[in-house]
Order: sequence, then structure tokens, then C-alpha cells
Amino acid sequence: MEFLLDSRNILYLIAAILFIRGIQGLTHPRTAVRGNLLGLAGMLMAMAVTLLDWDMMMPGWYWWVGGIVVGTVVGYLAAKLVKMTMMPELVALFNGSGGLASMLVAGAFFHKLSGDAADPAIIAQAVEQGISTMDMAVIKDGGTPLQTYIATALSGIIGAVTFTGSLFAFLKLRELISGRPKTNPLLKLGNGGFLLLACIFGVVLVVWPEQTWAYWALAICALACGVFFVMPIGGADMPVVISLLNSYSGLAACATGFVINNTVLIVAGSLVGASGLILTKIMCVAMNRSLFNVLFGVMAVVEEGPSADEVYAGKIKTTSPEEVAMILEGAQRVCIVPGYGMAVSQAQHVVRDLGNFLESRGTKVTYGIHPVAGRMPGHMNVLLAEADVPYDMLHEMDEVNRYIEQVDVCIVLGANDVVNPDGRTNPKSPIAGMPIIDVDKANTVVVIKRSLSPGFAGIPNPLFAMDNTLMMFGDGKKAMLELLESLKEAE
Amino acid sequence: MLFTLYLTIFALAIFIGFEIITKVPPTLHTPLMSGANAISGITIVGALIVAGASSMGESPFVGFLGFLAVTFAMINVVGGFAVTHRMLAMFQKKKR
Repeated sequence: MEFLLDSRNILYLIAAILFIRGIQGLTHPRTAVRGNLLGLAGMLMAMAVTLLDWDMMMPGWYWWVGGIVVGTVVGYLAAKLVKMTMMPELVALFNGSGGLASMLVAGAFFHKLSGDAADPAIIAQAVEQGISTMDMAVIKDGGTPLQTYIATALSGIIGAVTFTGSLFAFLKLRELISGRPKTNPLLKLGNGGFLLLACIFGVVLVVWPEQTWAYWALAICALACGVFFVMPIGGADMPVVISLLNSYSGLAACATGFVINNTVLIVAGSLVGASGLILTKIMCVAMNRSLFNVLFGVMAVVEEGPSADEVYAGKIKTTSPEEVAMILEGAQRVCIVPGYGMAVSQAQHVVRDLGNFLESRGTKVTYGIHPVAGRMPGHMNVLLAEADVPYDMLHEMDEVNRYIEQVDVCIVLGANDVVNPDGRTNPKSPIAGMPIIDVDKANTVVVIKRSLSPGFAGIPNPLFAMDNTLMMFGDGKKAMLELLESLKEAE
Repeated sequence: MLFTLYLTIFALAIFIGFEIITKVPPTLHTPLMSGANAISGITIVGALIVAGASSMGESPFVGFLGFLAVTFAMINVVGGFAVTHRMLAMFQKKKR
């Protein structure tokens, strides 16, 4: 028995190392595939080690076999069948699923622990049967230690917030509910209020563990808190929220590790927690917003800025695909700056065709990627990768800004706030200080957009009214197709 | 005693996490996120233990919770790794 326990923990340790190597691999394009497979190997190993403890796994085998079958089928089909453009939504759902699992595990253990602790007969039976892992520690100590209950409460709260938070992030991304930021103070009150209630029930279950209902009351409050947490946050801030929820799901797993005294959960969970936090920070920096402002839906106080009419009146020049094709004839350097509009109209394949066509004529084409363009970290990179655009053509914001003045034509496709020069020049603007791609410094800017409607920041964009800017109104994909045809005709 | 040990492991793992991920190229933000997300499905271990040890003199309620937990954790694990692999495959094939 002693030997078995030890060998299991050694194998868990190997699984933890595989996770660390796996995440390490994911930080370089060349090693990323291997990294992901290492992570998968770690996961299979951790599961196998758990299942090998046959005495413990036997009694309720049908429960976990059923769960594995259902979960595998659902997860696999979702990952294989969903369109690449739905990636942000899908990742959000998987994330929520993990949070819910952590919440359920903590709840089930709480029922077991408080039930077992209350019934000496069951403890005796457990000792007799040599029940392992979590129960051993508990029974040896002569009762469940306080910190186990605290970890249970934490696991429940974080897991539940992750679940409903991710679910509502999914609804916002699918635009099943409005993506506009909401500043209604009731929402903040709801968020704080339910969190406080959840914490109170947490204290109840720590002090009176036999009150098993307290866990579920806590869970319900935390679930509500997750809803209120995401509701006020605008669609443009989704990259931050998704990274943060990703971090939460790791922390929930970590807390669950403390509940069941399992090191592999603690290690893997905290790795994910840390990686999510770093991504969150990167996203916040890229938007020049504090995490606090994002979470509470605060936009900088706007002094009554100029209205859209004042900015745009009489200064907007529209253009046609034919005209743009002509301008592109003489261009030597072209930079394409995609935004969320490219994702919406699924224009990435046409964009690639256009880019390749220009390249074949000797034009130098690059893509300028703003870190928060789209709805999740790296959204544009995934879309363009799907369309087989080589990643050495994708340039980061800082790199593009270094050579933007030598660019002859800059095509802005469905991006708005991330190319708004107000971020650089107007200290009174709500987006003042936000790093932008300085497309306005290019020789000619062609903006492809459906209308002059504002982006998520809700402000007019002086770029559209600039002398070197031409507006080409229309759906991103259709406009790009027309442009490509005009180019080919002109040949 | 055991708890202090776990707390130590936790703190060290957090630092390792920060160390590894401080310089990720933006190209890989999405795969990193979804790969890390799949790893957070490690809660499957807890779910399996709950489900397996469920019929120890208690109602099927805990077993059913275990079943749900295994199901959702498994969706996270399988879906997470599969979708990350699909994304990374796209990044791979387009070398010029």
C-alpha cells in the first residue's frame, strides 16, 4: 500500500512536468504542436494513474465510464465540426465547462467529506477498505482540516464564476445578447452583492460543514455573480475577459487540488492561472486600460467630444473598387490592417487571394496586426493562418509603425478603434493613450467598412475624414472580392 | 503540515508559470490560451475520484455529480486539446 501511494505520486509528478514542458512548447511556433501533444500526454497519464487505483475506482465505475464517453464525444465533435471563425466562442465554452467541472467536484467532495465525517461507521469502513488519497489525510488527522473546507468554498466560487462568466462571454461573442458595454450601477451592485453572499455562505460551510445546503447556496450566488461580472463588459474588451476567465478556470482546478489533496491539480491549475493572468495583462496594456476599468465597464470620462457630423461633414471621400485597383497598380508597398470586420464577413480567404495577387505582381504586402483586434487574443492571427497566410507576413503593431510612412497604400479592413489617430494625438479622447497602428501616416489609406458607424469605443474616427483617406463602403468580403476582380481586369 | 507543503508547491508553480509565459509571440496567443485551457481540465482527476468512490454508503446523488463533473471536465480536455491541435496544424502548413 505504501509503495502504491508513492508510485502514484511519482507518476503524477511526471504528468506535472509534462504540463510544464507542454506550455513551454506553446510559446514558440516551431515547438507548439509538440507542446500541445506533451500536454495531452500529461493529461492521459494523470487520468491513467488515477484509474489504476482500481479499488477506489471500482464502486462507481459506471458513473465515470459514462462521463468519459459522453464528454469525449461532445468535446471531440465540437472541436472538429465548429467553423474556425467561431473559435473565440468555442474556447469560451470549453473554458466554462472546466469551471463547472471544478465546481461540481468540490461540491461532490464536500458531500462526501461532511457525510463521512459525521458518520464514524463509514470512516471505520473506509479505513478497513484502505480507501486512499484524500480520505487518508482526513482520517489520519481525525477529521477534515479547516483549510479543506476553505478550499472547497474557493473552488466552488471560482468554478461557478468561470462557468457563467464564460457562458455569457459566449453569448456576447455570438451577439445573442448585446455586446455594448453597460454602465448601469445595478449591474455592479449585483456583481458585488452576489459575491458577498457567496462568501457568506462560504463562511457558513467552513464553520458548520454538516450544512451541505450551504455549498449549493454558495454555488448559486457565485453563478449569478459570474453573470453580473460579464454583463457590463463591452465586446471590444472580450480579449481581456476571455484571458481572465481562462486564468480563473486554472485557479478553480488549483483550489480543487487543495480540496482533494492532489499535487497534479495544484501544479497544472496554477500554471494555467499564471498564464491567463499574463495574457490578461498583455491585453490590458494593448488597450491602455487598467484591469479595473475593463472589469467594471468604465470608459474614461468623456468631455463632450465632437459629434460624428462635425468630424465627418463634407470631408469624407468615397471610392470605388476600380479606383482603388488603379491606386494599387502604382503601389510598391501595401499593408493590410484587419479588424473584427474581417472576422464578421469571413473575408480572410479573399484577403489572402488579394495579397497573393499583389505579391505576384511584385508589390510587397504585409499584414499589420493590432494585439486586441478581434474578440480574443491573437484572433486575427488565427483567421489569417486558416487562410494560409505565412506568419512571417504578419507584423506586430510596433513593427508596422516603424515602416508605415514608407507604405504606399494601407488597406484597413473592418478595423476602427485600433486605427483611430485620436489615441495618439487627442489627449481628451476616451481612447487617449491607447497604442494604435498609425495607418494615417501611410501615403494613402483605403478604409473598407460597412458604414461610418462608430466602433466599440463609441466615438467618431478622424481617420475617415483625413485627406489621404478613401472610404470604400460595403461588406468586407464583397468589397475585397470586387477589388480583386477590378485588379484582375486591369491586367 | 501537508497543507503547507501544497502551498509551497502552489507558490512555486505560479512562479514557473510566470517565468515560462512572459514572452509569448502574439501569433500564438490563441493556441496558448486554448492549450492552457485544455490543461485546466486536469480537474478531471478529481472528477474521476468522486465518481469512482461514489457508492460508498451514500446516495446516488454524489455519483451523479461525479458523472456530470467527469462529462464536463472531459469536454474541456478533449475539446481543448483537439481544437488547439487544429489551430496549430494551420500555423504549421504555411511555411513559405
